[in-house]
Amino acid sequence: MNMQQYKYQIPRRLTQTGILLLFFAGNAYGWNVLRGNLSSARVLDILPLSDPFAVLQGISAGAALTADALTGALIIFVLYALMGGRVFCGWVCPVNMVTDLANRLRRSFGISGTESQGLSRQARYWVLGTALVLSALLGVAAFEWISPIGMLHRGIIYGFGFGWTFVLAVFLFDLFAVRNGFCGYLCPLGGFYSLIGRYGFLRVRYEKEKCTLCMKCIDICPEKQVLHMVGRQSGAVLSGECVNCGRCVEVCPDNAVKFSSIYRK
Amino acid sequence: MPERREFLLKSIKSLGLAAAGGLVWSGFIREGRSAPLVLRPPGAVSEKQFIASCIKCGMCVEACPYEALVLAAPGSGRPVGTPYFVPRNIPCYMCKDIPCVPACPTGSLDSTLVSGKDEEGNLKLNIDLAKMGLAIIDRETCIAYAGIQCDACYRVCPLIDQAISVEYLRNTRTGKHAIGAPVVHSEFCTGCGLCEKACITRKASIFVLPRDIAMGELGEHYIKGWDKSDEERIKDGEDRVTTTPRSEKAPVDYLNEEKF
Repeated sequence: MNMQQYKYQIPRRLTQTGILLLFFAGNAYGWNVLRGNLSSARVLDILPLSDPFAVLQGISAGAALTADALTGALIIFVLYALMGGRVFCGWVCPVNMVTDLANRLRRSFGISGTESQGLSRQARYWVLGTALVLSALLGVAAFEWISPIGMLHRGIIYGFGFGWTFVLAVFLFDLFAVRNGFCGYLCPLGGFYSLIGRYGFLRVRYEKEKCTLCMKCIDICPEKQVLHMVGRQSGAVLSGECVNCGRCVEVCPDNAVKFSSIYRK
Repeated sequence: MPERREFLLKSIKSLGLAAAGGLVWSGFIREGRSAPLVLRPPGAVSEKQFIASCIKCGMCVEACPYEALVLAAPGSGRPVGTPYFVPRNIPCYMCKDIPCVPACPTGSLDSTLVSGKDEEGNLKLNIDLAKMGLAIIDRETCIAYAGIQCDACYRVCPLIDQAISVEYLRNTRTGKHAIGAPVVHSEFCTGCGLCEKACITRKASIFVLPRDIAMGELGEHYIKGWDKSDEERIKDGEDRVTTTPRSEKAPVDYLNEEKF
């Protein structure tokens, strides 16, 4: 096994599972490194962290939130905005593991067909808008109410109930309907992080001079549209929709794709 | 202008799809939201505010040392991801420091609702002020009301003689015994559910319901004439007499007439 192939994959799985493990231990064994869950948490019983999209929905629903929740949301917002891309989606969100598994099975069993089934990459922004409108109309955080992300991390930390059906639905949708259908087209949280991740520093950079046009990067990428420059011109991935998973970097045999800072030429 | 036409069509199509999805989505939320029989942790703001502001993080659940609080999983019939407790399983043991309340990051559990002034006038957490629900007694199944001696709920009540008292009634069935009947007083009952947990009947004959379900409302138009403070409300009221064809005459005159 060529470890180079997994140099981001392994740390990614470690952060994803590690964060869940710390949350789980926070509830089950009283560890105080991370308490709560991905919606809102506390680090070492001091630093508050909150999901800025959940807080935004709460505000839209007319909730009077405390400074704690707002500060926590601001911290997370600034953190991901600085890093850029959808680092949350690629490195933290547990649904990524579910959809990556569906993707892997898709490749192994050759399940393909029309990739997008007519679904638009812009759909997530419509879902995002709908979530905010529904929150205002119904007085509850609308996406949090049905979010498979919430069902999954709450399920792991506090017990699933029927929450696994939501997660299974996402898995089956990604496996049989649309490749990367949930994360790449529908998830409003992904849409939210795409919008705020536009100007961060962490970028995948492509060098046309080294490229041999094998297209392995395009094949593996869950958000192909962000690699539109491959084969055309050198440059950084500027779209916020890139999840910074680094799969393109791992599979490139020519060292033509690399992580770099947006400020480096 | 085919371009503009295409743009308009595309926008309308997207809006239509968003509306269709939104309608299904909102139906799902409405269905899940209508779960009124849920008991919230101490200090919870009104249910309407609560489901708007609770971020579903579960930190109150983690803070609860008795594991009374549970985070609603899908299929539990309660708003998903929000905390609740079922007294018959594990009641609220009314911790003095109320750890679940300061754990809340969003203010959905509001410490001011469970704080009172101490002797020096400082605001201090006081669990006795909690209003999680109200205990209701089914007198038909409560064995104390049937004349058999039982005071399990009364003895276990953390606010004994305030939230639950025992009233002595005559047992008219035997004619010579007393009935020690437990009575709940809404002014003091916190809804902790220790009574429900302790109740000895197969299904608890004393149980906690959310206060807005368990309680009626008198309405402003009733004045308790025997209550000085209630009388105050009509101090500045004006006398208004409504006359109808019948009430024009005094009642006696009316009765003395031939025609009714």
